[in-house]
Amino acid sequence: MAVYKKTYRPYEGRLTASWSRFLVIRRYAFEDLRRSRFLTVFYLASFLYPLIAALIIWVQHNASALQLLNLNGASRLVPINAGFFMTVLGWQSMLALFLSAFVGPGQVSPDLTNNALSLYLARPFSRAEYVLGKLSVLLILLSLMTWVPGLLLFGLQGYLEGWSWMTDHARIAAGLFFGAWIWILVLALLALSLSAWVKWRPAAGALLFGVFFVGSGFGAAINTVQETQWGSLLNISNLMGTVWVQLFEGNDPTSNGALFFRVSAGGHLPVWCCWAALLILCGICLSMLSRKIRGAEVVR
Amino acid sequence: MEPVIELDGLEVRFGGRPILKKLNASLTGRSIGLLGPNGAGKSTLLNTLLGFHKPFSGTARVLGRDIRTHAREVRGWIGYMPENDAFIASMTGVRFVRLMAELAGLPPEQALERAHEAFFYVGLGEVRYRTLGTYSLGMKQSAKLAQAIAHGPKLLFLDEPTNGLDPPARARMIALIQEIRDRGDLRLILSSHLLRDVEECCDQVLILKDGNIAAHCDLEEERRSNRRFLELETRGASNGNFLEALEKLGCETAQGAQGRTKLVLPEGLEIRRLYELAAEQNVQIRRLNHKRDSLEDIFLKAMEAADGRL
Repeated sequence: MAVYKKTYRPYEGRLTASWSRFLVIRRYAFEDLRRSRFLTVFYLASFLYPLIAALIIWVQHNASALQLLNLNGASRLVPINAGFFMTVLGWQSMLALFLSAFVGPGQVSPDLTNNALSLYLARPFSRAEYVLGKLSVLLILLSLMTWVPGLLLFGLQGYLEGWSWMTDHARIAAGLFFGAWIWILVLALLALSLSAWVKWRPAAGALLFGVFFVGSGFGAAINTVQETQWGSLLNISNLMGTVWVQLFEGNDPTSNGALFFRVSAGGHLPVWCCWAALLILCGICLSMLSRKIRGAEVVR
Repeated sequence: MEPVIELDGLEVRFGGRPILKKLNASLTGRSIGLLGPNGAGKSTLLNTLLGFHKPFSGTARVLGRDIRTHAREVRGWIGYMPENDAFIASMTGVRFVRLMAELAGLPPEQALERAHEAFFYVGLGEVRYRTLGTYSLGMKQSAKLAQAIAHGPKLLFLDEPTNGLDPPARARMIALIQEIRDRGDLRLILSSHLLRDVEECCDQVLILKDGNIAAHCDLEEERRSNRRFLELETRGASNGNFLEALEKLGCETAQGAQGRTKLVLPEGLEIRRLYELAAEQNVQIRRLNHKRDSLEDIFLKAMEAADGRL
């Protein structure tokens, strides 16, 4: 009907599937994010390291390229092993932290600032779907930055090295996938929960960095003062490093993580403690979200 | 008429404190007013019907569906215009309404079409591409109404729709609500502490006080019955003949001071006949009022009751 008729009419057309409503939130969020030139440039730049890693893998398997560059011993300089892939994941994961600090605060806080949540939740749309919709924005962006390029690199290496290499090193692929997912979940939940509690976007972004860097500094201080290792429970990168080392290398690790996610000296914790700490952190974030994501705030 | 809302011992508590106290009522009107002073529980009742608060005991049914077991289905039928500001400041008006319509289940194309229609309907057609943060208070209220009707709900919840509006904006909002009501495609619940809003838009009213139902009345019925109550101010009717003649016509009469007469017209007797009778008796009718028991009277009576129960 033409808009000039200016009348109210009931809707009698078809409705979308109930389960798919959370995708609406994701679509609108991506439309908003696409408008940011800085984000687009940053996101594209974040694929530079995987491209370099792909080039390294290709060069190592290309005898003529090695000969041309006079790098016959290069394969020994940069071994393509668990450490190589952990380094790729570590670098990408750090970029993912920056991306989350930029994107995360803009997810929930605008809805809370002007009480839009009551409008979302007055529809056939649940709180869980709302969180899932917002979470999926970060999950997709961070996945494309972390485990997707990681597995593509693994596939390239396997293709060039042969099927037997792939089967022998399947643990690396599993480590890349699950290690990245744990990090993505922790980051996404933390970013959303901070966005729900801190309405000022720059402050929420800064707080995300604060949780990582201040937490690790505080943990190190506890370790030093109390002569203990349990302060490392506050160091999220330490926790992630421990979990990654176990995922990539099993129970007989040869490294202590990679780049920003190393197990610090004197910060060795039982692996189960690190898993538990990360789970508790996720639980706290979910609880924070649950307290804020409500149709109506109750003033007791 | 099928009840719009049935309250069945509905009790809501916040932190152990009862806010709605075992409410029982069946609301059947086409447009129902929720009236009460601030803090009476009007918004809490709407929020509970929307599933924002869990009932402590009892339940409620919206269009026959239990809010405890069919909350999602119930919300699918409702358009909600909240009391406070509710929008995303950085979004354009039409994009925001489209988002809300899509969340209600409309496919993107239909949602966009109806968002445009809704904006024109509420009189914001020219500003629909402006970000909501730049809207005036009146425009924000209209935008809230647009998002509430864009998906074509069966039931409209309007929580203080004229809050903060200047008189012309209020008149426009009331006219819109009346127009939506008169189309008859949907039922509406209007929560307000303003008697005039409710009186102008509603045919049934539920008055809340301190979480109790203080009164529940059918305004349409009241208006019909009040049309039979008259108060006359006359000159030249001091000998009582005029009263006698009125009683012969079947009127119940009572003589007041200073030439005032209260009377109840019998069914079928038109007011014109009173003027004819007055002319025959050489009596002047100087004033004729429908002596209504207005919503204000009903409200004040309800508020006078000690615990809010009549």
